[in-house]
Amino acid sequence: MPQLSDIVVQNEKETRGGFGEGIYEAGKRNPKVVALTADLAGSLKLGPFIKDFPERFVQVGIAEANMMGIAAGLTIGGYIPYTTTFANFSTGRVYDQIRQSIAYSHKNVKICASHAGLTLGEDGATHQILEDIGLMKMLPGMTVIVPCDFNQTKAATMAIADYEGPVYLRFGRPKWPNFTAEDGSDFVIGKAQLLAEGTDVSIFACGHLVWKAIEAARTLQAEGIAAEVINIHTIKPLDSEAIIASISKTGCAVTAEEHNVLGGLGDSVAQVAARNKPVPIEFVGTNDTFGESGKPADLLKKYGLDAPNIVAAAKKAIARK
Amino acid sequence: MVNGSNAFKMTSKELKLKSVEYRKKILKYILQAKAGHTGGSLSATDILNVLYNDVLNVSPENFASPDRDRYVQSKGHCVEALFVVLADQGFFPEEELNTLCKYQSHYIGHPTRKVKGVEQNTGALGHGLPICVGTAIAAKLDNKAYRVFTLMGDGELPEGSNWEAALSAAHYKLDNLCAIIDKNSLQITAATSDVMNTDPLDEKWKAFGWAVKEVNGNDIEELRTAFNSLPFEKGKPSVIIAHTTKGKGVSFMENELKWHHGVPSKEQYEQAMEELDAERINLERLSN
Ligand SMILES: Cc1ncc(C[n+]2csc(CCOP(=O)(O)OP(=O)(O)O)c2C)c(N)n1
Repeated sequence: MPQLSDIVVQNEKETRGGFGEGIYEAGKRNPKVVALTADLAGSLKLGPFIKDFPERFVQVGIAEANMMGIAAGLTIGGYIPYTTTFANFSTGRVYDQIRQSIAYSHKNVKICASHAGLTLGEDGATHQILEDIGLMKMLPGMTVIVPCDFNQTKAATMAIADYEGPVYLRFGRPKWPNFTAEDGSDFVIGKAQLLAEGTDVSIFACGHLVWKAIEAARTLQAEGIAAEVINIHTIKPLDSEAIIASISKTGCAVTAEEHNVLGGLGDSVAQVAARNKPVPIEFVGTNDTFGESGKPADLLKKYGLDAPNIVAAAKKAIARK
Repeated sequence: MVNGSNAFKMTSKELKLKSVEYRKKILKYILQAKAGHTGGSLSATDILNVLYNDVLNVSPENFASPDRDRYVQSKGHCVEALFVVLADQGFFPEEELNTLCKYQSHYIGHPTRKVKGVEQNTGALGHGLPICVGTAIAAKLDNKAYRVFTLMGDGELPEGSNWEAALSAAHYKLDNLCAIIDKNSLQITAATSDVMNTDPLDEKWKAFGWAVKEVNGNDIEELRTAFNSLPFEKGKPSVIIAHTTKGKGVSFMENELKWHHGVPSKEQYEQAMEELDAERINLERLSN
């Protein structure tokens, strides 16, 4: 059974870099993969793809709504379009295009969103979307994936090429500990990833905060508390079985995400718990607020998304049992 | 006189010296913040300079007045140019810009209304013009004489929202509205004509019912002349297509893609200061 001590950091890399490598591999394997961007080819690390498959790259300019429409149309022609821009411009800006032209017709579009959450740094609130998981998971038929590190982002980027239907893939900008399997063999769409077994509290996390959950579990372990750490990289379809099994054992939970507590991973986990196995749950996320400029570490601390916040939430959940 | 409250209009020479001073400060604060949109701030410096020192009826004293002119910066990423000009106008002490882009500062990487002098939070492109259409309609409803200005990048023009707004501005005959396009011909990935061509731009705006003027947007006199003749046509919104140089004023930044959000090294910063100081000395020698 997996343990905290099994987790080894290989290096620190940007998850968007994993996307860049992943789309290159997907493009190499599958001649139907097309990359689109709205003037952010560099930010999304599309360089190698554009170099080797220039005819399958569509630059639409700063026109994200148009990009979503073009992507929907490419699927009618049998292609697998990957749209690329920042997370706010991938979702909120173009929600009606996604809803009407992509989700409603269940189009095979892969919406790939970088610079999600707080950790993008200096650009501030206009670029820090904290609502996108909610927006996207509410759309019928939309798959929502939030990988936790470089390797997993690469694996997910490749996997969605072979997965029919619209997908929202969310990743970020900062260098972050990279610890999942290099070959992506531990990633399966829709299957929660058990990272460390524990009996006292379940910590469900996604994206960058999976690493924070691991740090928190290590602190808790030193204090004699055994936390179970589960990476919910696929928020929809949710692995309810894994959640029910874990909370049935631990009797309480914490959710952790770089997202508003309204509408994100926490809501999804809480609904599974309420329906199947009500237990105390604490929610680590932003609290109905916009972001601001700053270094990732400072922002995670200020907005209560750091490892100590997860530790405190775990203790509170345990106390409420 | 355009700016009713401004009894001490600056000479063109004084304005040109202002531009040099602004460019130096923009680079200073970008260097300190280790972040910023350098090229587009430098291309837009002369436009902001003429707007705030010569055209807009906006000041810290009248900022609460319903009669003030309104300025919304659609290309919000070039916040450094805006903040430097607002500080110079006295909206806030310039030292506060030492916190630019730093944790817990209000001076974040895009305009926010937490900063005095900013009308509207921007940063997502393609939002400025629709907002200004709304404000211009409000002015007409209230029979007020104030005018509404927005500064847009040429790269942001493919956003469809701009063309929806362009239609409505002409439809409602908003001759109290002026859009300025900072046509520096570059964006993030490449030249605008390669990313998504929008030329011929003048014909597009004309076809949408706007009155168009093209100027050298780094030429103080040409900008003044254009702004002084607003509205270009009664009953039509006005657009100034300002042909500019991205990175204007610093030789190695001009027309170079990487300076879109490049941050200078200490040495590059010093070289830039030398070049700008040389320009200042040249200007000081000229008669008014
Ligand atoms: C809706 C939206 N899409 C993408 C971006 C990211 N972005 C910031 S600046 C920029 C390029 C802007 O080019 P342009 O309008 O020509 O501005 P300038 O060259 O004057 O800096 C892009 C794509 C954004 N801010 N908003």
